[in-house]
Amino acid sequence: MDAEAAKLVGAGFAAIGAGMAAIGVGNVFGSFLEGALRNPGAADGQQGRLFIGFAAAELLGLLAFVVAMILIFVA
Amino acid sequence: MHQFEVQTIWDGFNLAGHQIAFTNSALWMCIAAVALWVFMLGGMKGQLVPGRWQMMVEGSTRFIDNMLSANVGPEGKRYVPYVFSLFMFILFANLLGLLPLGVVGIHPFTFTSHFTITGVLAIMSFSIVLIVGFWRHGFHFFSLFVPHGTPGWLLWLIPVIELVSFMVRPFSLALRLFVAMTAGHVLLKVLAGFVINAGNAGALTGIAVGGPSFLLMIGISALEVLVAGIQAYVFALLTSLYINDAENLH
Repeated sequence: MDAEAAKLVGAGFAAIGAGMAAIGVGNVFGSFLEGALRNPGAADGQQGRLFIGFAAAELLGLLAFVVAMILIFVA
Repeated sequence: MHQFEVQTIWDGFNLAGHQIAFTNSALWMCIAAVALWVFMLGGMKGQLVPGRWQMMVEGSTRFIDNMLSANVGPEGKRYVPYVFSLFMFILFANLLGLLPLGVVGIHPFTFTSHFTITGVLAIMSFSIVLIVGFWRHGFHFFSLFVPHGTPGWLLWLIPVIELVSFMVRPFSLALRLFVAMTAGHVLLKVLAGFVINAGNAGALTGIAVGGPSFLLMIGISALEVLVAGIQAYVFALLTSLYINDAENLH
């Protein structure tokens, strides 16, 4: 395979990471809602933790985007 | 892409062989600072019965105050000015970058979509953590790398992992904000390209492809406003968590 083509294929594969991060972020908010609907009184106190979990899951998806950008424009 | 290019507005002066120029990035930082200043000034009248503007300002300070007292405890009060400035500056920067001023010919520049700027913000937070940590606890600060209840036979592994996760913090902090803003603007740019190109290709393609893309673009724009707020919040939240580590050692 041509090196240029391999870079573009690699960047496409990096998009899998973005999809995985979508699963992760969905899981974070889904689990939060599941818990929050069972005990709405405790939900507001856990918002900080919700966003910490969101930030951690989202970071990896953003890293996948960085990998794709590096493969296309830098490497 | 054109919207991410740093352009020189004023050539500036020469400092030890480096050209110190006034760029559009610096200009939009000034605009964000001035907008923030106006926002704060309008709400600091201190009326007994607050108006709408004062409620906005008080709500935002209370928000940061609650965040720090929940995450750091009573000592967190001292960091309210720093975390509040950080949060509001990033929020204003993100929102100013989203303003649709391009239709009147002014092109907003989202300076948080540049790693140098978010990197400096992250280094500021990280140095505050280091300075406060060593100031308050001296070399005892290194006990951060050995959590409570670490079994003896894992003492060779846990500090290494904790050290790596500690040193990665400024990078993850800066990278998250920078990539989230860049990715959002690239996404809007790509969708806008769909609309323009489909419109140029003919009436049928314009309606079949351009129409749905335009509707999607409106939705994504709303999402970007949400992301602008969330990223500013996450930056401030993580900073307050790191300050908690420095203040209280976990």
